[in-house]
Amino acid sequence: MSAPVIAIDRVSHWFGRGRLRKQVLFEISVDIYPGEVVILSGPSGSGKTTLLTLIGALRSTQSGRLCVFDRPLKEASTHQLEQVRRYIGYIFQAHNLLHALTARQNVQMALDLHADIDPNVAYQRSVDMLAEVGLADWADYYPQELSGGQKQRVAIARALVSHPKIVLADEPTASLDKQSGRDVVELMQRLAKQQGCTILMVTHDNRVLDVADRLIHMEDGRLSTQAQGGGNARPMLSEKPY
Amino acid sequence: MLLAIPLAWLQLARERVRLFVALAGIGFAVILMMMQLGFQEALFTAAVNFHVNLKTDIVLISPQTTTLFAIKNFSRRRLYQAAGVDGVESVSPLYLDFGLWRNPQTRKTRQLMIIGFDPSQAVFSLPGVADYLDRIKMPDVVLFDENSRPEYGAIAEQFKAGKTVSTEVSGRKITVGGLFQLGASFSADGNLITSDLNLLRLFPERNLGLIDIGLINVIPGKDISAVIAELKTLLPDDVLVLSKQGFVRFERNYWETSTTIGFIFTLGTLMGFIVGMVIVYQILYTDVSDHLAEYATLKAMGYKSRFLYTVVLQEAFILAVLGFIPGFALCLGLYKLVREGTSLPMLMTADRVITVFLLTLIMCIVSGVIAMRRVQAADPADIF
Repeated sequence: MSAPVIAIDRVSHWFGRGRLRKQVLFEISVDIYPGEVVILSGPSGSGKTTLLTLIGALRSTQSGRLCVFDRPLKEASTHQLEQVRRYIGYIFQAHNLLHALTARQNVQMALDLHADIDPNVAYQRSVDMLAEVGLADWADYYPQELSGGQKQRVAIARALVSHPKIVLADEPTASLDKQSGRDVVELMQRLAKQQGCTILMVTHDNRVLDVADRLIHMEDGRLSTQAQGGGNARPMLSEKPY
Repeated sequence: MLLAIPLAWLQLARERVRLFVALAGIGFAVILMMMQLGFQEALFTAAVNFHVNLKTDIVLISPQTTTLFAIKNFSRRRLYQAAGVDGVESVSPLYLDFGLWRNPQTRKTRQLMIIGFDPSQAVFSLPGVADYLDRIKMPDVVLFDENSRPEYGAIAEQFKAGKTVSTEVSGRKITVGGLFQLGASFSADGNLITSDLNLLRLFPERNLGLIDIGLINVIPGKDISAVIAELKTLLPDDVLVLSKQGFVRFERNYWETSTTIGFIFTLGTLMGFIVGMVIVYQILYTDVSDHLAEYATLKAMGYKSRFLYTVVLQEAFILAVLGFIPGFALCLGLYKLVREGTSLPMLMTADRVITVFLLTLIMCIVSGVIAMRRVQAADPADIF
């Protein structure tokens, strides 16, 4: 079995200072392997998003050991965090597209980060990626001219165009109707499988749970696990009892 | 990186109304600064227009003189003493006084400056003076400054139409024998040139032995500074020896340092600068705030804060350049309006264009740097 792309070992996290200091994550331990589709569910305030931002190198780890691509993120410098982020694709609840840019330019922003990619190549890859998410005819439209589902598909194209090893998705279906939400998740899953990348998705949308290889449930900052019924569930869990 | 996405420009261009407001604000600041600096320079230039057009190498004035407006006379003998110095080609006395001119149309009086000198020597290089010099040899004939303020009457128009223009100066009837161009200044709103004898006819209490300015011409090829040095040792302390440039500087220095003019216009320029800075800051701050979620997304994707700072600075730079152009174009029109309306030498100089452009640039960049702090709020961990 290959090494995990995300290795989390007894990670705890606190918000606030002094008397207001409050623990939101309690000794979380979980490994996620290449190519897995993992859904992280749980009620609001259970710490799902916090965990996601830690994995995404948006915050520095306070306690415990967190490795992404075998790089320890604890005590990592801002520069190292920025480097890690470039190999992670993000899909947010709100699509967060740049309004001043067309769909194609939004996607290309993800490639412009990589200095080694020629702008002409970046242009072509962005157009191709939009075609893959079914928006070939919409490349030159601005976000406000697109529907909610279309915008989220542009966001997926932006997250996947640079072939990241990990895609982190935070409630990508929250603002979409049932059919669009379903389409978006299936699209993510199909493209991720094609590229062999790992997906970690936070959602409490029960309608999409079946795309996961594995379900992780979180409550009050602690993990409780359930194997996913539909898929080829692999109980490769390494949580410690808490 | 030619095909890379010009994010700063696209973001500005996307918000048309905001861009327009920003450019109007910056253009306004540019106009304010340009006008203030222009007025200041025009007033200083007007103040020394008289001095600059004197045909002389060395000037003698009384040490009590502070400006043309408050000139003190001194003995003509000092000028004749100077004539004996080696290297001096010729000397000529200049008499200045202020008289009341009666507007021939409205009969109202107004003060103007009267310059008197020996008409056999052309002491002015002003346009017109040489053409009419012979006329002032006749008694009570004067030359009128056609760039005087209009309150003196439509003298130039009537004269050019071939009419004989006669009026009173300080109670004595005179005839306009010709026109010249000097222009209004702090010292006087209008000017007359006449012969030294005619000036005495207007001011009978004066005598030719007390002069206001002594003009000394040096033989071409001789070292002027050596002559000045010799004059300073020869002449007693009751006269001041100045080179022509020194005389110009002397006058300009008075208006720059002993009056509030420099302060007022510098303050005006500063106001324009600050108004512009506040406007640009507001625009950039709002722009960054509106894009906060987008900037946070870019950071989450791996863009460095430096990239976002650069975007803000680029926006500031684009605003500076785009705002300067219409402001500058409008100023050219306004300068022309001022020139025609006030007879002030309001001229656009390359120096001023560069100065104001640099001020505009600094204004925008400083605002950009302050607005940049807002980018720090774009923390992806806090936003999602």
